[in-house]
Amino acid sequence: MDFLPTLWFILIAILWTGYLFLEGFDLGVGMLMKLFAKNEKQRRVLLNTVGPVWDGNEVWLITAGAATFAAFPYWYASLFSALYIPLTLVLVALIFRAVAFEYRGKAHTLAVRNAWDWAIFLGSFIAAFGVGAMLALSTTGLPLNANGDRVGGPFAWFNQYAVLGGIGVVAFSLIHALAFLGLKTDGDIRDRAAKLLARWLPVALLPLACWAIAVVWINASLAALAPLLLAVVAMVFAWIQARARREGWAFIGLGVFLLAGVAAIFTAAYPNVLPSTIDAAYNLTVSNASSTPYTLRLMSIVAAFGLPAVLAYQTWTYWVFRKRITESHIPAAHPVIPII
Amino acid sequence: MDVLEIARWQFGITTVYHFLMVPLTIGLGVTVAVMQTAWHRTGKAEYLRMTKFWGKLFLINFIMGVATGLVQEFQFGMAWSEYSRFVGDVFGAPLAMEALLAFFVESIFLGLWIFGWDRLPKRIHLATIWCASLATVFSAYFILVANSWMQHPVGTEMIDGRAVMTDAWAVFTNSTAMVTFPHTIFGAFAVAGGFLLGISWYHLYKRRHAGIDTVDATGRVIVGESATLGKNRDKVDYKVWIKSLRIGAVVAMISFAGVALSGHAQAQLMIEQQPMKMAAAEAACHDGTGFSLLSIGDLRSGGATTCDDVVGVFEIPGLLSFLAHENFTTEVKGVNTLLPEYQEKYGTHLPDDPMYGDRAGSEINYLPVMEVTYWGFRLMITLGGLSAVAAAVALWLTRKGTVPLNKWISRLALFGMLAPFGANSAGWIFTEMGRQPFVVAPNPSFEGIDQVFMYTAAAVSPGVSAGEMLFSLIALTSIYAFLLVVEVVLLTRYIRGGIGSAMPEFHERPGDGDNDQDTDALSFAY
Ligand code: HDD
Ligand code: HEM
Ligand code: HEM
Repeated sequence: MDFLPTLWFILIAILWTGYLFLEGFDLGVGMLMKLFAKNEKQRRVLLNTVGPVWDGNEVWLITAGAATFAAFPYWYASLFSALYIPLTLVLVALIFRAVAFEYRGKAHTLAVRNAWDWAIFLGSFIAAFGVGAMLALSTTGLPLNANGDRVGGPFAWFNQYAVLGGIGVVAFSLIHALAFLGLKTDGDIRDRAAKLLARWLPVALLPLACWAIAVVWINASLAALAPLLLAVVAMVFAWIQARARREGWAFIGLGVFLLAGVAAIFTAAYPNVLPSTIDAAYNLTVSNASSTPYTLRLMSIVAAFGLPAVLAYQTWTYWVFRKRITESHIPAAHPVIPII
Repeated sequence: MDVLEIARWQFGITTVYHFLMVPLTIGLGVTVAVMQTAWHRTGKAEYLRMTKFWGKLFLINFIMGVATGLVQEFQFGMAWSEYSRFVGDVFGAPLAMEALLAFFVESIFLGLWIFGWDRLPKRIHLATIWCASLATVFSAYFILVANSWMQHPVGTEMIDGRAVMTDAWAVFTNSTAMVTFPHTIFGAFAVAGGFLLGISWYHLYKRRHAGIDTVDATGRVIVGESATLGKNRDKVDYKVWIKSLRIGAVVAMISFAGVALSGHAQAQLMIEQQPMKMAAAEAACHDGTGFSLLSIGDLRSGGATTCDDVVGVFEIPGLLSFLAHENFTTEVKGVNTLLPEYQEKYGTHLPDDPMYGDRAGSEINYLPVMEVTYWGFRLMITLGGLSAVAAAVALWLTRKGTVPLNKWISRLALFGMLAPFGANSAGWIFTEMGRQPFVVAPNPSFEGIDQVFMYTAAAVSPGVSAGEMLFSLIALTSIYAFLLVVEVVLLTRYIRGGIGSAMPEFHERPGDGDNDQDTDALSFAY
């Protein structure tokens, strides 16, 4: 019985869920900076709804990557090297996004500020798309040889699932961000966000749902039907709540949808962590890709302490910054005047 | 260039770049926490202003550390997949712990600190900066454990062709990590010390230059006030600068003592663990006791210098033996002695295995690039030493309360900020390149686990093409170059803006003054 590797497979699924849930709305807010905000004040409101928290959200990605390295080195090595170019783009996107968050407000001219806005928008979009594509490919397979290396050239990974996963995460992030804005702002932004949420929610969740259905279908997994069903219920629930303008419930509905959807995907993929489309014998599975029980046990102890602690203080942060932010809160930009 | 070479350039460039931000983050973070504590204890305005000003610069730098760290985290899998497969069982653990136990604390508590001024109770707000800055130190420990394991793999056995962790305690208390950690942390504080010193000097000089501060007949400072700033701010600002300057100078001097002591301990370990690195660091071909001050090689012969070309020009007898063995006579092995030992132990040629690509079956060069190790080692020590001397001189020159009105010294002070950065980069380049041709260096001092080692040539991703690697190398390098310019421009702007630039409350703000509860939703806004 592969108890420890299975436990770590679940933990990594949780880390990805945490990432998609939390960074989901801040990636979405990043995209909405261009797509939704009407003026500079509104852009700054959007930015400040995620200002104190986005960096902590991003650490979920780092932790998911590092935990994969520690628990499934073969998965980490094959997946990341096979997706060399798209991951490079994701990294570039995340670099620009991070720097833009911090430096945008320090820009002196409109043109520079506008350039940072584009960095936030494109950075968020590319990161969301890339991470979605990567996860979709990890669950549907890549052309890997016996050693776990990609064959077929730099773009051999490109297929319909990559696109589906990419769109799935982008659309989810956008809709999740609208729900988040409904909770974090007031006035015009909140009203418009609520309207868009009610209108677009089912459409936006569709690609992610299709990806889940596809994985369940390919693997003919019966066990995954339960979470899949839950995901559908959560989607309907979220839509009803959104139409009734109960943003809190809609937000929770979206969270349950994500949790159940990811659970369905990972349950269906189990025990594969990264299938090979060349030969099923080359599949990376929880047993042949994992670290030794000794390492996994050590990591389990660390995670048993670490993960609850992270959840506790991260929740506390959201509580500290729970107030709604409106345009009237945004102070005038203060220019830096050289005194020397 | 082939994949391996591009991957090495990429790793070298991205890590050295990451490590430009890292020491400043570590050193300045803790320093700012101490400043805020001083404010908390004394309530004096200058400490608050200090905290805000240096905190601002800290944040501008921090974000670049985060952005470049991401690349590091993914790069092992992307470019070094064989390496990741080989070491994952051991090496992944500290990396994952770093993320889970340190990075979360760092970034979440820093968010609380930035946005929590006035929103959190003062004590808790103070606690957030301590949490964040201690987490950066904590993260350094984990990553250095990982790196030290590559230098000196302990607690590990070879099973089925990969390194497997058998003793976590040994990995996390690796003797190499125990000396590298203090060395790196002291190195980081040297950077912060120089940074405080250089910038404060510059501001004090500008105040004198503008005629705000003057000196009396005995050279003692008379603190003045400029008409434009007013509101008693100038006198407080003076205190900010002079105190920052002194803190910086003291920190830099203590740090140098720290790096020297811990560096000495490292050298002693290195003789045992990686004798070839020490020989290459000294460009020592023959066994000997002297520490070389200048050796030159015959660079005209084309290609890398070989050992027989090196001529020792000047050396201090006995110093090398002291550094390594704490006596003046025990000889330290030179390259000519070590080379046959390595060849006998690990073979003369790479195995004829496809994992070595084009290099399969080729001869192994056990000698690191000597120009780099030799000069890297000396550059590190020299630059560090120079900034320690500079700090002492600075303290002496400012004993009467301000800096001399001399343009050149003030330029030198600004320029001198770069020296500790250079020392850090030189130290890493020496350490990492001195380890070649191994990516995981064999461990000669323990029985039984000598088999755990890996050649760099075997570590690179076999599935990734040279074109892909070149694409990322060019993309990352050009973006890093661009961002370096952006960071320096921003830092300069905030430095020149002085304390007002970091304290927007000095500018009029709409909504200020009315006590509507709702307006305190944000105490800081992007
Ligand atoms: C001695 C210290 C040290 C060393 C050798 C490294 N780092 Fe680093 N790293 C830090 C010290 C640090 C830090 C001080 O903790 C940083 C700098 C700025 C920051 O946010 O944290 C950081 C940031 C940072 C981040 C972003 C964390 C966040 O979002 O908060 C990542 C993912 C990494 N690093 C990963 C790496 C990897 C994979 C390295 C190995 C090649 C590496 N770092 C070398
Ligand atoms: C824990 C931290 C680190 C790890 C795990 C690590 C690991 C590696 C690896 C895998 C390589 C590629 C193989 C090689 O070419 O040798 C490498 C090379 C290199 N690293 Fe590190 N490194 C770490 C920290 C650093 C830091 C902080 C620096 C400098 C700031 C640095 C500087 C270099 C350089 C310059 C190379 C290129 C060496 C060469 O091409 O010969 N490393 N390191
Ligand atoms: C008397 C002064 C110093 C001595 C004797 C010394 C010694 C050493 C030695 C022997 C190493 C190599 C360790 C190894 O490869 O195993 C090293 C590495 C390094 N040094 Fe120094 N050093 C000195 C000063 C400095 C200064 C002033 C700085 C920076 C401000 C610095 C920063 C570094 C860094 C970052 C490394 C690489 C990381 C590591 O292996 O610790 N050193 N030093």
